[in-house]
Amino acid sequence: MATQTKLSVLEETRGGDGDGGNWGEGSRGRFGWDPGAALPVGLTGIWIAMASITMFFAAFTSAMVVRAGLGADWTRVALPHILYLNTAILLASSLTLELSKHCLKAGRAGQFSGWLFATAGLGIAFLAGQLDAWRELAARGVYLARNPACSFFYLLTAAHGIHLAGGLLALFYLVARHRRIAEGAIGGTALKVTTLYWHFMDILWLYLFLMLILWV
Amino acid sequence: MTPTHSQAIPRKAARGFLRKYVFSTDHQIIGKQYYFLALFSALVAMLLSWLMRVHLAWPRLAIPGLGELSAAGAPNGMMTPEYYLSLLTMHGTLMIFFVLTTAPQSGFGNCFLPAQIGADEMAFPRLNMLSFWLTFTSLGALLSSFWARGGPATSGWTAYPPLSGLGSITGPGEGWGQSLWIISIALFCVGSLLGALNFITTTLDLRARGMTLMRMPLTAWAWFVTAILMLLSFAVLLAACVLLMLDRAAGTSFFIPAGLIVSGQMIQGHQGGSPLLWEHLFWFFGHPEVYIAILPAMGLTSHLLSCFARKPVFGYRAMVWATIAIGFLGFLVWGHHMFVSGMNPYSAFAFSVLTVVIAVPSAVKTFNWLGTLWGGRLRLTTAMLFALGFVSIFVSGGLSGIFLAEPPVDVQLHATYFVVAHFHLVMGMAAMFGIFSGTYFWFPKMFGRMMNETLGKIHFILTFIGAYCVFMPMYFLGMAGNVRRYAQFVDPYLQPLMPLHRFITVAALGLGAAQMIFVFNLFGSLFGGEKAGENPWEATTLEWVAASAGKDLVVYRGAYEYAVPGKEKDYVMQNAPDASGSRAEKGARDGNAN
Ligand code: HEM
Ligand SMILES: [Cu+2]
Repeated sequence: MATQTKLSVLEETRGGDGDGGNWGEGSRGRFGWDPGAALPVGLTGIWIAMASITMFFAAFTSAMVVRAGLGADWTRVALPHILYLNTAILLASSLTLELSKHCLKAGRAGQFSGWLFATAGLGIAFLAGQLDAWRELAARGVYLARNPACSFFYLLTAAHGIHLAGGLLALFYLVARHRRIAEGAIGGTALKVTTLYWHFMDILWLYLFLMLILWV
Repeated sequence: MTPTHSQAIPRKAARGFLRKYVFSTDHQIIGKQYYFLALFSALVAMLLSWLMRVHLAWPRLAIPGLGELSAAGAPNGMMTPEYYLSLLTMHGTLMIFFVLTTAPQSGFGNCFLPAQIGADEMAFPRLNMLSFWLTFTSLGALLSSFWARGGPATSGWTAYPPLSGLGSITGPGEGWGQSLWIISIALFCVGSLLGALNFITTTLDLRARGMTLMRMPLTAWAWFVTAILMLLSFAVLLAACVLLMLDRAAGTSFFIPAGLIVSGQMIQGHQGGSPLLWEHLFWFFGHPEVYIAILPAMGLTSHLLSCFARKPVFGYRAMVWATIAIGFLGFLVWGHHMFVSGMNPYSAFAFSVLTVVIAVPSAVKTFNWLGTLWGGRLRLTTAMLFALGFVSIFVSGGLSGIFLAEPPVDVQLHATYFVVAHFHLVMGMAAMFGIFSGTYFWFPKMFGRMMNETLGKIHFILTFIGAYCVFMPMYFLGMAGNVRRYAQFVDPYLQPLMPLHRFITVAALGLGAAQMIFVFNLFGSLFGGEKAGENPWEATTLEWVAASAGKDLVVYRGAYEYAVPGKEKDYVMQNAPDASGSRAEKGARDGNAN
């Protein structure tokens, strides 16, 4: 049993053996995304990546707390109201992704795809909303280097946005293959990995938003 | 899925030279790429150290050729103080990032982690290739600063602001040079993070049947823990680099305070930032980094002492726990680099105590090495000599750490050659010895040939003596108050120390020359070495299992079964089945559970 488990894992990793053609193909593809794999390395990998990303943002936010305590130049910025809407959108997107997964399990292919599309749409909406928040601040004359509080605002939203865009790419990958995933042919692990990462982006945003409310 | 099914999937033959040797996803090729990248960096960095040492000993000597490299930095071969700092920065950065972080972990680790745990690839081969090419690009960005306007950065491998945050007003290398440095290190961080991700996943998920965590070779343990340190610490350095770059390029003030006057000019547009913030972020990475450099060499030393003393590792479990403890404590002691930064004495006290505590697992390791040697039947191969040398050098450098860990003593010794002696021995030389022993040991597996042992032993003796001659006297310089990071020692109080400086320079030239023996041996053996057998050192771990044994290995025992009573040979390989078979069953179950 154990040997078989290991073999199936190796098999999928072997996909990256130099043929160059499987950058985004589902079965036995990259990152160990293989529905048949008993031991999806992708899942382990994403947990580890999340640990590292957590450290990255812990560094930024602890720098912010220290910097805020340093001097009189920390002037607080009124946060754009759209951030609350964006937060709701992001939370909703996690929900739709769960629904999508649920429908896949229940065998309702059409709904699975629908919710998946909705999730990607909400993700795009969130990013657009974040850009709008920037636009609003810029209109108020609040730029990156105006004072340290807005420096951190731009820094944290940008860093989160970039990481979320990565998740969005993964969603696009799923969207592009929604039919075959619905058939159960490919992508089981890909879906799990993406879901996990997407929820993580959600929780990360909640944390960052809270920090912004408290400090910026 | 059945094995036959898996064999049915053809391993596509790599197409062409480029795919096979350049943009390869094969862990062995990638490991060798890292190794040669590190070797190249080490040679460049060593050359730079020669230039620095010669200048320190004979400040009025024009160095031939240097004027051609940089007309502004070294007019007529006479280096300016700023150019000295550029060389210093490049030396340190190359050595710490591109040699000590790269060769033992990414180089040997890629080659042998999968092999030792019985996997036939890393978990994410393409990501692995990406890691290497990011590291390669990072090196390119760093080296390109030699030809950038103003030359390389001058702020040392620690890049403290405000020096590093203000641009070329603080010195010629602080324009383009410092920006390239930051870009290079940021790329290096990303490459290392992806590499660490790969190492951890591989260790957790791809171990062969029966390879429980507590049966892993100590080398594999070291790579595993090192990868965890990299994963958590390089993320913080990356964040710090982003902030520093913003301060330089976007006018923010994370690290730059108000009211600075540089070269008689008042700095405008910054206020309220704190260089201390950088120091905290940097050393939160920096201290784990020194263990990233040394842990793989420690693991290798344990591995080799056991193999060449023909005895099991003394206290295998204690070694594993000491590795983990060092990894954990390594995150709690960064403040010991900042005792003179004006920190609260109570925090200094806390950092001091924790630093002394970290000496405990280091000592556990040292005693276990001695225990492993005790009563062994030593085989003094070159690899073994370098492993023994590692222990010696590590102790000579590590003990002084205890002195430095006491804030009142450190106030005196900080920023002197005492610290230079400490870290060159405990980290620099010790890790180099690890790289050498790894090379002599694994060369037969990497390249199918043996290295020349006679040349190896000459190389060892000269390197061992050379290392002590170069770095031990620096302790005395430091105690005599000789400051660090100065381009010339012109103050009267330093004049009595000049003869010692000249001695060190001569020794450094000799030490460097001895490395040419190594390079000669390496490339000579690559093409003309004696053909190696399957298991030339009679070692027990899976990388030495004959290729004919097939891919799916089963592990029946721990990694260090040397001189097991009642066995006909004095070693038992990890995949050798037990007569009774009962232990194997249990091991296989444990392997599953892990
Ligand atoms: C016995 C355990 C150790 C103790 C107690 C210790 C303590 C210290 C202290 C207190 C300093 C700061 C000195 C100063 O800047 O004033 C220091 C510097 C340093 N240590 Fe250690 N150390 C130990 C082991 C190590 C190891 C194992 C390594 C590397 C493998 C290492 C590498 C370094 C480096 C690179 C620096 C200087 C960094 C710089 O300023 O550029 N140390 N050590
Ligand atoms: Cu330290």
